[in-house]
Amino acid sequence: MAYTPDRPPLPESPEELRARIPGWGADLDPADRPAVPKEVYDPHPYGAVWDFPERQPEHWPRERSIEHAFLTPVFGTSCPPRGVSGAIRKFAYRRYSEGRAAHWLLLVGADRVDTLGSTLRSFATRHPDNPITETGILAEFKHHGIRSRRGQKRADLVHQPLDLVIVSWPWIAAGVLGFRTVRRLSRRVKR
Amino acid sequence: MRAMVYRGPYRVRVEEKEAPRIEHPNDAIVRVTRAAICGSDLHLYHGMMPDTRVGMTFGHEFVGVVDQVGPSVRTLRPGDRVMVPFNIFCGTCYFCARGLYANCHNVNPNATAVGGIYGYSHTCGGYDGGQAEYVRVPFADVGPSVIPEWMDDDTAVLLTDAVATGYFGAQLGDITEGDVVVVFGAGPVGLTAAASAWLMGAGRVIVIDHLEYRLAKARSFAHAETYNFSEHADVVVLLKKLTDHRGADVAIDAVGAEADGNLLQHVTSAKLKLQGGSPIALNWAIDSVRKGGTVSVMGAYGPIFSAVKFGDAMNKGLTLRMNQCPVKRQWPRLFEHIRNGYLKPTELITHRVPLEHIAEGYHLFSAKLDGCIKPLIVPTAA
Repeated sequence: MAYTPDRPPLPESPEELRARIPGWGADLDPADRPAVPKEVYDPHPYGAVWDFPERQPEHWPRERSIEHAFLTPVFGTSCPPRGVSGAIRKFAYRRYSEGRAAHWLLLVGADRVDTLGSTLRSFATRHPDNPITETGILAEFKHHGIRSRRGQKRADLVHQPLDLVIVSWPWIAAGVLGFRTVRRLSRRVKR
Repeated sequence: MRAMVYRGPYRVRVEEKEAPRIEHPNDAIVRVTRAAICGSDLHLYHGMMPDTRVGMTFGHEFVGVVDQVGPSVRTLRPGDRVMVPFNIFCGTCYFCARGLYANCHNVNPNATAVGGIYGYSHTCGGYDGGQAEYVRVPFADVGPSVIPEWMDDDTAVLLTDAVATGYFGAQLGDITEGDVVVVFGAGPVGLTAAASAWLMGAGRVIVIDHLEYRLAKARSFAHAETYNFSEHADVVVLLKKLTDHRGADVAIDAVGAEADGNLLQHVTSAKLKLQGGSPIALNWAIDSVRKGGTVSVMGAYGPIFSAVKFGDAMNKGLTLRMNQCPVKRQWPRLFEHIRNGYLKPTELITHRVPLEHIAEGYHLFSAKLDGCIKPLIVPTAA
């Protein structure tokens, strides 16, 4: 009971637990557990022969947090910033530290601009975006979409319809916009 | 090469992409033989993580065969079968020298609050991940390890994050003999945390989730007592009643961002991106642990602030411990536990998805269809 000094009794004794659960108590002694993040100074544990690594060449002005003194010696080169989203990203990195909400909100905003721009650009390529294959929605038919949800009190069922709206609204908006543009152009041609 | 690429929230595809190349003398190029989709990849997939750029390849859980090495690599050779921890780390900066490999200061120019992670947005350094045929592995002398001969690729890939992180979560709880441990979330990480809690001497392990098939796995894989929070009006009251109105000694948040169970939190975080994650599981952990107890957090949260009940944590005198897992540090002990049969990671695998069908794999995992707990990705060249 929490209202008295004693610890509540456990449903099973250590002996019963040891008999029931493979390995029970194997790491009972904290010394057997890898200790991180309790800091233990060990400067060269794995194979590094440097104190400061050789620097990776910078092939374009690599964006970095202003909390860093300089560009780190190694960095990713996955997707260099480009276009409007790239300009927003560069501004967010140049102007705001990680401690500022503006830094992160600008980056989230740039992500949305990037998505929209990339989708539009894809229509000018031989590999346009395809909402059917890219959302993986076909898995609903191959992996028991209805049976996986029916008769269960899954908390996520409350918001899953919202996900559908979030995924499909740009496509619906683009469809409506396209339809209205085509209709307006055809009316002009008729005049 | 063929690689998964991100096209925007809820959209990914496989396309032909330029193969990675050696960009630093200590790089290696690894041909991927197994990758996995991690629960935290879903945060990227859902557009939760700032600076996730269209065109990026995800995947921080992978194993493979060394294809090329840079001129300064000494410990690996082409043909070596390697497992690669999800953290990219230099091994010698101030933080690495103190064992904080997840917090390396030399690999992520985009942020100082988080280290470098494969395929995990530019916030984590802008490295492409392993859901592809090939991947660039920086600091090849430091991060990867040759897979022991007795270990198969399926076990090894789970050790690159999920199993190591689950064990780490239990370790962060500072469990002592007889502790009552409650684990929020019965995904691969939560399941491993629950199983690991017993190894550390827990007296009772309770797992909370809302998916019955995952709770069934928690009973079989982790020998845990389970409760579906959807069947109870208030999970905190439930846990207080279960623990003589005292609370658990240790609460482990193995959920992270996008926790379900509170629509308001979910909409403001996962949908409107106004929070770095829905902290509902974390708040349940804070409220259901006993005064003076420990809350362990290894569920992934974004860098934007979240509405966490910090006042309760302060007033209760809690110890909050958290970090990304320094994976490589966990491996020697985990190898022993696996060889002894105490942990059986491959029991977590429910699906194998060819790389070409990865969009369906993401949807399957995200929508929790077909009893999915852990999907592996198999590249064509594997």
